[in-house]
Amino acid sequence: MSAPQMPSRRQFLVATGAAGLLVGFGLPGRAGAQAPAAVPQGPAQLNGWVLVAPDGQVTIRCGRAEMGQGVFTGLATLVAEELGCDWRRLTVETGPPDALFKNIAGGKNILAPNHLLPREGGGFADWVLTGVATLATEQFTGGSTSISDGFVRAREAGAVARHMLVQAAARDWAVAAKDCTVEKGRVLHAASGRSADFGQLAARAQGIEPPDEVALKPRADWTLIGTSPPRLDLPGKVDGSAAFALDIRRPGMLFAAVANAPTLGGSLRALNAEEALKLPGVVAVRTVPGGIAAVADNSWRALRALAAVKADWDAGPHAGFDSAAVTRALAAALDQETDTAFETGDGAAALEGAQRRLQAEYSLPYLAHATMEPQTCTAEVTGAGVQVWAPTQAQTRAVKAAADAASVSASDVTLHTTLLGGGFGRRGEVDFIVQAVTLAKELGRPVQVVWSREEDMRHDFYRPATLARAEGALDGDGMPLAWRQRLAGQSIMARVFPPSTLMGTDPTMIEGAAHLPYAVPHQAVEVAAVDLPVPVGPWRAVGHSQNAFISECFLDEMAAAGGHDPLEYRRRLLKDHPRLLAVLNLAAEKAGWGTPLPAGRGRGIAFHVSFGTAVAQVAEVTVGPEGALKVDRVVAAVDCGTVVNPSIVEAQVQGAIAYALSAALFGRISVAGGAVEQGNFPDYEMIRIRHMPAVEVHVVPSTAPPAGIGEPGLPPLAPAVANAIFAATGKRVRSLPLVEQGFTVA
Amino acid sequence: MVSLTVNGVEHRVEVEEDMPLLWVLRDVLNMTGTKYGCGVAACGACTVMVDGKAERSCALPVGAVSGKVTTIEGLSADRSHPVQKAWLAEQVPQCGYCQSGMIMAVSALLESNPRPTDADIDAALTNICRCGTYPRIRQAIHKAVEVRS
Repeated sequence: MSAPQMPSRRQFLVATGAAGLLVGFGLPGRAGAQAPAAVPQGPAQLNGWVLVAPDGQVTIRCGRAEMGQGVFTGLATLVAEELGCDWRRLTVETGPPDALFKNIAGGKNILAPNHLLPREGGGFADWVLTGVATLATEQFTGGSTSISDGFVRAREAGAVARHMLVQAAARDWAVAAKDCTVEKGRVLHAASGRSADFGQLAARAQGIEPPDEVALKPRADWTLIGTSPPRLDLPGKVDGSAAFALDIRRPGMLFAAVANAPTLGGSLRALNAEEALKLPGVVAVRTVPGGIAAVADNSWRALRALAAVKADWDAGPHAGFDSAAVTRALAAALDQETDTAFETGDGAAALEGAQRRLQAEYSLPYLAHATMEPQTCTAEVTGAGVQVWAPTQAQTRAVKAAADAASVSASDVTLHTTLLGGGFGRRGEVDFIVQAVTLAKELGRPVQVVWSREEDMRHDFYRPATLARAEGALDGDGMPLAWRQRLAGQSIMARVFPPSTLMGTDPTMIEGAAHLPYAVPHQAVEVAAVDLPVPVGPWRAVGHSQNAFISECFLDEMAAAGGHDPLEYRRRLLKDHPRLLAVLNLAAEKAGWGTPLPAGRGRGIAFHVSFGTAVAQVAEVTVGPEGALKVDRVVAAVDCGTVVNPSIVEAQVQGAIAYALSAALFGRISVAGGAVEQGNFPDYEMIRIRHMPAVEVHVVPSTAPPAGIGEPGLPPLAPAVANAIFAATGKRVRSLPLVEQGFTVA
Repeated sequence: MVSLTVNGVEHRVEVEEDMPLLWVLRDVLNMTGTKYGCGVAACGACTVMVDGKAERSCALPVGAVSGKVTTIEGLSADRSHPVQKAWLAEQVPQCGYCQSGMIMAVSALLESNPRPTDADIDAALTNICRCGTYPRIRQAIHKAVEVRS
């Protein structure tokens, strides 16, 4: 087999398609011969990431969607560190879909899941994996990969642009480039006292040949990475000017309220739009993939018209399906022979004949993403092509879906990625994009698709429900000798990325259950993937979101059964992983583990590695009479490798804790009569500020490669809380949400 | 025909009286800073001030609005309102979608209670932030109190 050809630096750095060009401006010529004369007014594109305007304003294009995780600021920091631009004259935008922005780190993680901390790069195997991933991967924002993916590439983009600006200055001044320095968006030549702003140099810099190699600054010289400059996306988010997808306005734009088929697998039999079409402002009532749309001159009229449409829905094959059927199917699967997806030592066989055994069953519900901004997309289809304004985490898929919906080629689609009003995995889907493009093409006018909150909640791709049976055998010292986890759920990847299931098990079904760092001699993870009508998809932290609850709660049960302190137990089991142990110890120390708490209060710990990042959390809860529950405090310790922006790392961990706490306390999507029952926040509740515990985030200093941070803060929260409830009450909680387990939350 | 005053400007709009204020702001007046989140006054993303009091505009018929409406666009011309300043100082927003409503709800709270305690904040602020910016919101409210005084 011949090794795949690695893309050159130029391919990494320079936008490759027409979509990568600003209108009217070319890319730098291969030999640097292209005259810069045509570029006096607009920004000069120095490479696919960096544009410099004549006034010195630098625009950094990042290939990732900003959905709150701070990726604009994080990637801009990496570029700016090498570029030397002025942070106050810097803007970021999501770049156009381009091979340049393929998520190579994300592709590598999917092809070769990384179970604990990131592998060190280098070596032939990594070279091959990188090559294959580069060919196979797409442009997407997910898997907590943006910073690890951009860590070298973004800095190289900055360094190359800086080289070109310095060369341009050096040529102008007839001095040696090596004698020039860069500071806050200016090139300086100390000996002659000359200096020039990036803006003055940009047009000529565009004609400079990019270097084949650039040296990146040594860590000791970093001035931006590891600091917390103000986030670049926040000014517009405090004055209402930030444009989310629902805020797109196009001349002549219509608003389309969508009703998807109410039942899972349902379809439209017939519709009568007579009454709806009589209402003021209503333009059309149409079928769209998945359901129907009422189109009007404003959102409210569209929503009102939609309610007036008499739709005759065929409930489809799952009309009688309900949550009890889910439980029955998963329970039956648990009792059948299942595939062993992961094994160490003698696996489950080691349980046989063991003296001290314990067993527990865990149950986790479906969960909706419930992004604050309901699903939406705006599209415009003209003879010139298709324009789409989408809040998408998946640029490659979005373009393909839009092209298919409009029956054009991908090159005819211009995708504008807007700011996302939350993502959490929901916006890797393209259902809302297909609907917008379909309507825009049919109606010949720009159309904004608006999903009501109810549509959003009832037509999600849910976090899979999971039923698990955990069994453990303890040695004479009470330490785990054997550990079997049998999991029954649904495969996400079978739909989202089937190649990843070719080797057998969907890796997202076992992540966080297999390959645990604990020194347990005999382990087995058995998986039953059950086909059920409820659509499932990646939800923040994906498989880790349920599996960490199962593994960390059961580990706590084993510790208690073995007569050990839960922290001490984990310490002993992590003794071979000093870096992980440091995270556990930091959380315990900062939380004051072992110090007494008043009656009714309890402290629980959980530790989990996901997306290359280790997180330990200590939760403190108060359980009052009648099960009144309050999560008082969560202390988190994190090792995510090199930290690019400490403030954003802290915010992501706080946010993941909040997202996880909403789910642990309240979250459950149920099905009755073939339809999702919950429709809005009163019945799918979220935590409010009064529920938010005091959160402390402590980060282990590290010079290791950066790992994920958007998701890893989530998995330990639910087990830490459940373990704290046990500490407070002596009662084990093995099912979520807690409000359905006898607890009340004020 | 409905007339209403938004951010000091009087508008006469050709809409039904039962159209919620939210959609009048967003789709008729093109002031998109006020957000749609739930449509049932549960999440607070649509919060505006009417005569200085927080109102959830998604469930407020425009015909029932008699007071002066202030939206996020009208809070200040240059992000200089104490709450906006505090929000930037504490780097509160993540995705930002709920933040217009949060900022309006907090601004209204500080109008009626210039020095809210944590308990006051818990009781008054029931808006949802899905990204979980709550710890920084709390810090920023206390910061805004300092900025104001």
